[in-house]
Amino acid sequence: MVVDTQTVKRIASLAKLKIDDDKVEDVEGEFNKILDWIEQLNEVDTNHVEPLLSVNDENLRLREDKVSDGNQRDAVLANAPMSSYGYFVVPKVVE
Amino acid sequence: MSDLVKLTVTQAKKALDDKKISSVELTKAYVAQMENNRNLNAYVLETPDIALKQAEISDAKYAANTAGALEGIPMGIKDLFCTKGIRTTACSHILDGFVPPYESTVTQKLLDAGINVLGKLNMDEFAMGGSNETSYYGPAVNPWKAKNSDANLVAGGSSGGSAAAVSAHLCAVATATDTGGSIRQPSAFCGVTGVKPTYGRCSRYGIIAFASSLDQAGPIAQNVEDCALLLKVMAGYDAKDSTSSLKEVPDFCAALGQDIKGLRIGIPAEYRPEGLNADIAACWDKGVEMLKARGAEIVNISLPHTKYALATYYIIAPAEASANLARYDGVRYGLRVDGAHLEDIYFNTRTEGFGKEVKRRIMIGTYVLSAGYYDAYYVKAQKVRRLIRDDFNRAFEKCDVILTPTAPTGAFPIGDKSMLENPINMWLNDVFTVSVNLAGLPAISLPAGLSAQGLPLGLQVIGRAFDEMTMFKAASALENDICFVRK
Repeated sequence: MVVDTQTVKRIASLAKLKIDDDKVEDVEGEFNKILDWIEQLNEVDTNHVEPLLSVNDENLRLREDKVSDGNQRDAVLANAPMSSYGYFVVPKVVE
Repeated sequence: MSDLVKLTVTQAKKALDDKKISSVELTKAYVAQMENNRNLNAYVLETPDIALKQAEISDAKYAANTAGALEGIPMGIKDLFCTKGIRTTACSHILDGFVPPYESTVTQKLLDAGINVLGKLNMDEFAMGGSNETSYYGPAVNPWKAKNSDANLVAGGSSGGSAAAVSAHLCAVATATDTGGSIRQPSAFCGVTGVKPTYGRCSRYGIIAFASSLDQAGPIAQNVEDCALLLKVMAGYDAKDSTSSLKEVPDFCAALGQDIKGLRIGIPAEYRPEGLNADIAACWDKGVEMLKARGAEIVNISLPHTKYALATYYIIAPAEASANLARYDGVRYGLRVDGAHLEDIYFNTRTEGFGKEVKRRIMIGTYVLSAGYYDAYYVKAQKVRRLIRDDFNRAFEKCDVILTPTAPTGAFPIGDKSMLENPINMWLNDVFTVSVNLAGLPAISLPAGLSAQGLPLGLQVIGRAFDEMTMFKAASALENDICFVRK
């Protein structure tokens, strides 16, 4: 599969990353080189193979549906670049 | 250099128990050693005041006979572990100034056992790299130099700071993490010993996430015994990490120095590709002979999907990373680069805050998870991951541990062009280590000899899942026979 400039731009946008116009070609070239290398997996016959989602054989455990932590507003906000009145502050998003 | 910093953890603990030294004395020696070796760039944050205060408390505990298992041992912490009240950045610009309001479970266990925190150790940004060169704070420098050369060499990665610090005695022992080789490869490069435990053995709570199905914490130390001692403290079930295991944590030190007669050592054919570095091949052969001489049985095994492990890893790890790193938005913590609209803040912060390799992996991850490509790449990789795990399961029917080299080369120069210009060349460093993460197995790297250039080379012992005991047993025998001369 070959990735074109449009796709590189779309992926960057999905990842919330900016790529300068004069760098797109470099990124595109590198991307294709990497994907080309990854294509080797197509040599492997994976028909009738289940995907491995977790190496952990133990089943995930359920815990009691009970609050175990909370009331940490100040700790949660302590690292915010901008906060006010107990909230994170961002530019207005409602037009 | 004070002789005190040359003590292993086990020796230092005994000297403290016997009241031959105090923790304050020991800590001061390490602080001096740390400050005299800033050229190695092993620490990105030094916390001597905290360490000394903790040392005073440790000395009081020794006086009161209430000392913990690691009481008064000065330690370095990889900058990936959240440490309450101590800046933690994963060596990324995007976490500028982040001071966690909570402690990771692993470091909490170590603190409860009595360690002192000397500072935070350098690493590749978000643990993505094999040379520590992607760190926002610049590369850690390997304390070893090649014969007749003054060139600075990489300490390996991602836990380059941890390996360099232990090698140069800038801490008694260090924490590290391993997603594709990040404990074992730098340990090999710096002539020290490091363990990646079975997936689920240590809690991941409070360790900044890279690839959650692969990440594991472990120690980097001067020898096998210290690793066993540290892992015992670090491991164990944690309700805060649903993937941590309920299995009992055995006393790993009990595995050391035991008879290995009859132990079956697997040697995988696929780990000796054409053109394998001759020094490394020789080191490996020597290790095999040593185990054989002790009565171990050498078994030839095959791990047929080995050649696909790297490509599988470079789909799964970036996919998980792209999801994990979506949280860095400039709103809740770390760096914020302003913009007129909320979207602009996201774009500006992430574009400026992430380094090149991290962006590369986020992009790959985003692509392989995006609509239309998910099955072709991500699901395909998960299927091959199962085949890789099945290879190991089959091999472990015939052998008890597997012996391989840790890395395909020794340490290379900082700024190496072929590595920096082609990311795949850098990724190839992980060729002997990634399969272990994909299969979730435990593995240890120990120094096994020197290359013709006089640089340390490592051997890796891989164990069955949750059978670190047998892994330690084999590693301890090897270590005894190798008699590696540390820095």
